Amino acid sequence: MDEIRFTESHEWLRMENGIATVGISRYAAEQLGDVVHIELPVPGKTLEKGAEAAVVESVKAASEIYAPVSGEVTAANRDLATGLGRISTEPEEAWLFRIRMSNPSEAERLMTRDQYRDYLKGL
Amino acid sequence: MVTFAGYEMPLHYRSGIISEHLQTRSSASLFDASHMGQAFLGGADPAAAFERLTPADVSGLHDGQMRYGLLMNGHGGIRDDFMVGRLLVDRRLYLVVNAATKHADYAYISGQLTATLSVEPQPDRALLALQGPKSETVLSRHSAGIAALTFLNVAETRVAGVAAIISRSGYTGEDGFEISLAAADAEAVARILLDEPEVKPAGLGARDTLRLEAGLCLYGHDMDESTTPVEAGLVWTIGKRRKLARDFPGAERIMQELFRGPVRKRVGLRLMERTPAREGAEVVNSLGERVGRITSGGFGPTADMPIAMAYVQPEYAGDGAELAAVVRGKPRTAVVSPMPFVPHRYRRRTG
Repeated sequence: MDEIRFTESHEWLRMENGIATVGISRYAAEQLGDVVHIELPVPGKTLEKGAEAAVVESVKAASEIYAPVSGEVTAANRDLATGLGRISTEPEEAWLFRIRMSNPSEAERLMTRDQYRDYLKGL
Repeated sequence: MVTFAGYEMPLHYRSGIISEHLQTRSSASLFDASHMGQAFLGGADPAAAFERLTPADVSGLHDGQMRYGLLMNGHGGIRDDFMVGRLLVDRRLYLVVNAATKHADYAYISGQLTATLSVEPQPDRALLALQGPKSETVLSRHSAGIAALTFLNVAETRVAGVAAIISRSGYTGEDGFEISLAAADAEAVARILLDEPEVKPAGLGARDTLRLEAGLCLYGHDMDESTTPVEAGLVWTIGKRRKLARDFPGAERIMQELFRGPVRKRVGLRLMERTPAREGAEVVNSLGERVGRITSGGFGPTADMPIAMAYVQPEYAGDGAELAAVVRGKPRTAVVSPMPFVPHRYRRRTG
């Protein structure tokens, strides 16, 4: 079963043991183009759902990445800085940060892969 | 695709901005620059008439020579930048101006209409830019003798069997050619050039990163009606004879600024913390005081770091001055750096 969920702002999220791993969708990665820099949240930081959590800088523009759920940041993918191309080539593997969810029910309201696919068709 | 000056244009093709940028620096790229305004200035002495609006030495152009210049308003501000060349046939002038300003430019120039000047916009001409170190090799296969042109030469010649005005010029900092031809011929010629193994298409995104690395101003961003050539570091576009004669719009202000110094100066910035600083970002000194503003900024693929152009107070304009650009509320170290960020590789005349 595909446990991935998507937001309307094109983040993806995977849940395991109350921890959400977050990245950006293939659609978002294609829209951004070449990524040249990322700014990640500091572990320990508490984020509200919808708060600005990270920034992905492409040649074209800076794009804010929002926390898809509320909670405390437990990890940031520092290794990504030396392999930014992965965000374009394998966006659903290139995670950005992890959040310990304070309100797991928030994730249930996010889109499944099928729902997200339909959502993209409507854009 | 993006809308630019009323034109639908590709921001990039399949391979992406960075790849198109690096392709231009290492081999050759073809850009569609047909949105630019092209016009002929004709009449008995179009150069003398046109000089009433620009401090460039237009009368001094030799046949087949082209130069960069500025169209001025009466306050010493820059209305537009342009390339102007003297053609061999009828000694007409060939003018290329920016897309967003072209109609206003034509009206402004027509305002100078006298018996000695006629303005003939050429909306049915397309403009292709072949840019990069392999451009000469590629174009020579389709335009005999084109290698004889050196930087800022212009010729009425042929390419792939059709008539064209070809200049050895461009806005990427690389060697290259700009090919003006009938719109009806443009697609066929573009496809012929794109079929060459050295050439790939490139879009607006790469055009912008290339010109930024080359330290070249983008009109409407790095200069506008409120910017003077002295502030913009474009005094070199003012002809020596013109400086002495002071016979161009805004001459009093510009000559005063030349002697007293401008209130702000265009500089290059290197962002030392990998975070790009973009147009509109404030520039601050070590005390956090605002000393300027970024007018163009982004990531330089060849420089391999974020770079920017900014206008700063003159006391902070020296190379090596340590400033900061404010991005998302945080100051990011930015060092004033000489431009171009990447050396120009024009094919200048030797000897």
